[in-house]
Amino acid sequence: MGSGRLYTAVAAGGFRRYATYRVATAAGVFTNTVFGLILVYTYIALWDEKPHLGGYDRTQAITYVWVGQALLSTLAIGGSRVEAELMERIRTGDIAVDLYRPADLQLWWLASDLGRAGFELIGRGVLPFLFGALVFPMALPGAWTTWAGFLVAVVLGMVVSFAIRYLVALSTFWLLDGTGVSQITLLAGMFASGMTLPLNVFPGPLGDVVRVLPWSSLLQRPADVLLGEAGLWSTFAFQGAWAVALLALGRLVQSAATRRVVVQGG
Amino acid sequence: MAETVERPGAAAESDGSGTRGGTRARAAVGLRAYGLIIAMWIRSTMAYRTSFVLTAATNFVTTGLDFVTILLMFSRVDVLGGWPLPEVAFLYGMSCVAFGLADLVTGSMERLGQRVRDGTLDTLLVRPAPVLAQVAADRFALRRLGRVMQGALVLGYALTAVDIAWTPLKALLLPVALVSGAGIFCAVFVAGAAFQFVAQDASEVQNAFTYGGTTLLQYPPTVFGRELVRGVTFVLPLAFVNWVPAAYLLGRPLPLELPGWVAFMPPLVSGACLALAGLAWRAGLRSYRSTGS
Repeated sequence: MGSGRLYTAVAAGGFRRYATYRVATAAGVFTNTVFGLILVYTYIALWDEKPHLGGYDRTQAITYVWVGQALLSTLAIGGSRVEAELMERIRTGDIAVDLYRPADLQLWWLASDLGRAGFELIGRGVLPFLFGALVFPMALPGAWTTWAGFLVAVVLGMVVSFAIRYLVALSTFWLLDGTGVSQITLLAGMFASGMTLPLNVFPGPLGDVVRVLPWSSLLQRPADVLLGEAGLWSTFAFQGAWAVALLALGRLVQSAATRRVVVQGG
Repeated sequence: MAETVERPGAAAESDGSGTRGGTRARAAVGLRAYGLIIAMWIRSTMAYRTSFVLTAATNFVTTGLDFVTILLMFSRVDVLGGWPLPEVAFLYGMSCVAFGLADLVTGSMERLGQRVRDGTLDTLLVRPAPVLAQVAADRFALRRLGRVMQGALVLGYALTAVDIAWTPLKALLLPVALVSGAGIFCAVFVAGAAFQFVAQDASEVQNAFTYGGTTLLQYPPTVFGRELVRGVTFVLPLAFVNWVPAAYLLGRPLPLELPGWVAFMPPLVSGACLALAGLAWRAGLRSYRSTGS
């Protein structure tokens, strides 16, 4: 119970910390809205050409765009400052201090990242989504259970996203410079989460592959829950399985890394 | 207080104010400083050659993702907004090369807000070189050539696949439009940096116009709402980067039914944008008050 309070406090700290960047948040809302507009028009052109592409109708495709803009920074699809900071701590050797804390390294950073994600959902995600709903016709569910299911899928997406980025950050123990892996994460995140194009539009075997990769938990699956295109429990099971597997892998890599840790400089 | 933020270049500036020679001399000083700083960063980049090759390659792949998205779309449809793939690739290539060149030359200006916040801009103010040249050349990233190369490849493919009735005038328009387009994007970068003097924490707003702008231009104008097309033609004239000249080259009607001669406007539009951005930059720099930290 004591440790539960600790991680709640860490999460609250993460939330508050990102809440202080008010101008940056407003700027982010503006940018997400502009990108949403550009994407919506290209999707409309695409769906005008081929109605029911990927099983969505036009309004579902429009809704998908705004869900994507709401979740882009929330689920850190292109990466976030949290793992960038963790990488910097590993590179400089400050991580040694973290290892001496009477708290679990992975849970600590997970809590902090969940706090960040929570703020970005409210601070950066909601407004572009509302803008989209006001200006364009959207396919929004009426049942509150669907909304609740969507929120659960988003939270599970947060955990999967963190688990991926934690592994990316740990690679710094071996590579020392994380720029390359960060870029690859960005690439995989944008492409395989369905951010640039819904995964059900991807043709043939490529589509089959991207739909089972962990990144599909980030945008495609929560969006499908909201659009009523996927079952709640099968979605949760898929996301949960990836979350558990990736977090466990993170633990393994973490113990391997800390056993060989050589603290840089001082 | 005001003295500490006064630009050292200001004295030299007033020497030649009003005379053409003075302006030209100042531009020469700026270009020379820009060249020297860039040469320094290139040397330091080349100290880690493998790292440079890897980051340039990653840049190439990352920026190519946009085109992969377009290819995926065309795996499902034959035309988008009435434009077939080779013509969309032509738009994409032009936008990507112009933006890539601008990003190479002035992309570092994105970080101005950071410099204002942490006070490191002061270091640049006390050096005897124009601040604009220093900020633009700061951490010059040669790896950004990756985007230019990627755009050039797509443009090369498009040129072999589209059907253009070439005339000497049209052949001249293409390179002129690319350079002018780079100028327009440079102006957006400089104006965005000027805005960061005021809103230090708002570099993302700039992304909406730079990265958002290049993404917008990768798709045919027919895809977008008329109001949006009007906005990027008359307010922020991004349409002159590729939509307007490309429509003319491809023998399509110009956006907003503009007359054909408008296709030759990009150099003028680009010059006007750069002049306005320069004014905005000067106003921004004058309003700068150091954090003192």
